[in-house]
Amino acid sequence: MPTLNMVQAINLALKEEMQRDKNVVLLGEDVGKDGGVFRVTEGLLEQFGSERVMDTPLAESVIAGAAIGMALYGLKPVAEIQFMGFIYPAIDQIFSHASRIRSRSRGRFTCPLVVRAPYGAGIKAPELHSESTEALFCHMPGIKVVVPSSPYSAKGLLISSIRDPDPVIFLESSRLYRSIKEDVPEGEYTIPLGKARVVQEGTDVTVIAWGSMLQRALKAVEGVNAEVIDLMTLSPFDEETILKSVKKTGRIIIAHEAVKTCGFGAELSATIAEDAMLHLKAPIMRVTGYDVVLPLPKLEDFYIPTAARIKKAIEEVMKY
Amino acid sequence: MPEKIIESYNVKRIEILDEKGNADESLMPSLSNEQIKKMYELLVHSRTFDQRALNLQREGRLGTYASILGQEASQIGSAFALEKSDWIFPSFREMGVYITMGYPLYMLFQYWSGDERGVKCPDDLNIFPVCVPVGTQIPHAIGAAMGVKYKKDKKAVVCYFGDGGTSEGDFHEGMNFAGVFKLPVVFICQNNHWAISVPLKKQTASKTLAQKAFAYGFEGIQIDGNDVFAVYKTVKEALEKAKKDNGPTFIECFTYRMSDHTTADDAIRYRSKEEVEAWKAKDPIQRLKLFMEKKGLWNANYQKDIEDKAKAAVDEAVRNEEAIEHPEPKDLFKFTYEKMTSRQIRQMKDF
Repeated sequence: MPTLNMVQAINLALKEEMQRDKNVVLLGEDVGKDGGVFRVTEGLLEQFGSERVMDTPLAESVIAGAAIGMALYGLKPVAEIQFMGFIYPAIDQIFSHASRIRSRSRGRFTCPLVVRAPYGAGIKAPELHSESTEALFCHMPGIKVVVPSSPYSAKGLLISSIRDPDPVIFLESSRLYRSIKEDVPEGEYTIPLGKARVVQEGTDVTVIAWGSMLQRALKAVEGVNAEVIDLMTLSPFDEETILKSVKKTGRIIIAHEAVKTCGFGAELSATIAEDAMLHLKAPIMRVTGYDVVLPLPKLEDFYIPTAARIKKAIEEVMKY
Repeated sequence: MPEKIIESYNVKRIEILDEKGNADESLMPSLSNEQIKKMYELLVHSRTFDQRALNLQREGRLGTYASILGQEASQIGSAFALEKSDWIFPSFREMGVYITMGYPLYMLFQYWSGDERGVKCPDDLNIFPVCVPVGTQIPHAIGAAMGVKYKKDKKAVVCYFGDGGTSEGDFHEGMNFAGVFKLPVVFICQNNHWAISVPLKKQTASKTLAQKAFAYGFEGIQIDGNDVFAVYKTVKEALEKAKKDNGPTFIECFTYRMSDHTTADDAIRYRSKEEVEAWKAKDPIQRLKLFMEKKGLWNANYQKDIEDKAKAAVDEAVRNEEAIEHPEPKDLFKFTYEKMTSRQIRQMKDF
């Protein structure tokens, strides 16, 4: 079984899905000849040709909007937005159309597409390359939001996202792209959307994380009898697995890279408060990015939540 | 070194049928008398529908409605050139296109009365639901045209929008894609001269909208949008060009919005009666009637007959629409995703 990093795992998922289904096509800026600025689509132009791996003009709104049109026409487009901070021009298309075409047409037309984007800080990139604005997309019904935390889950989740009948925003932590490797099987396997994964079981405290935060959460719980949940799909999220864990441990830490205010941790906290308040032994704690504009590289390490901050939160809740 | 002109363009304008009903026979498209009569009937039919929609809105039986009055030739002429298998991306003022394509009339009333089931397109048509945010349907037409090209289908994609839409970023991005990928798409821009209260001259400093296409590497043509023959002919040729994989065309239909922007608007606040009166003389239906009269295709009995038929069809559509049961509150949840989320299933228990 090959040991792959996340770039290679995503590349493999794309390649295998394109081999399986000729309706799967890729489009985006620099995804062809250059193989994407992170090389996620490397080699795919050579293998599948420019009809299926399309270098597009610099136009995020039409990259998303054309993906919608292709999906309506029966293709399975996977569009790449080069960096999360560049996705805002595409948000009109994603919110005003991708999310609601099924509803607007009462099911006559559907929009099975994937928009991939690298997200998150920590790679010393210029301004607006490092955002973590996943919660924006979770606020919009009709789209799904998936954030893998490892090469293995990235491949399985991307295959599921491509096959999903609804639009999926697939966010890839750029810091994780080449920093971790694991065994990734060749050939088809899927990880269902909407299901979280209990990465390790524990009894005293639950740490919920996704994407870039999972590794730090795992480091933070060393020496603690902690349960760690990798949420994987943020919308729709797996309430059942979370509530089950709350009932088991009674202490909850939510770690995310995005800013605190209206981050997805707020939704999780409110859900736990609504549905499992009486099982809590301590206040829910959120370890998040600060409520600031994402800084340039010299300050970004101070912005990103660290394992030490998560550990401190664990110590706090263990006082109760 | 002397300066050189390295590129220049000529923008064509096409007119065939004038206001007095005289047609330039050398430019006439190939249309049988039956087809001409059918076009006329669709024009009358669409205007009858439109007037009834306005009346129903005033009576509180329909929601806000965007009238097509004055733009019928642009809509019927273009849709008459389409095949059922072509893909159509309208904006929100294309009821004449829907009617020409054979979209069920009662469903149009149903949509404008606020029932989404009205834009669930019948399976034998590919006409998209009304698109409200201006110009945002252009990228969808681009993507569908990329699909047509990828699958090598013999279809064309048509995208409708107005003069206001040409100011949007999606227009620029979409036109650029169409040129770069040489897509089988026909852009039909109904330049009706008003984007709510903003006149064309404040929308663009370009002399024509058609000229914009040349900057994207393909042809733009201005036509008399109140001349059903010019519209039909130009669109038909553009569709044939698209289906031969010879790329996109931009067609500026020079027309006029005779009505308010919508029933929620009052155009008297921002434009003169004189301007509206001047355009009234260019009415698209009147000129075709005069043409047909000269050809012996029109008389008062025929007019009464088709008006009665249009009225009966619209009456029946209104009756059918008003007999439809109110949508179920549970329908709120059914079309967000293919499968409802567990949270939605719990929320649905409120009903």
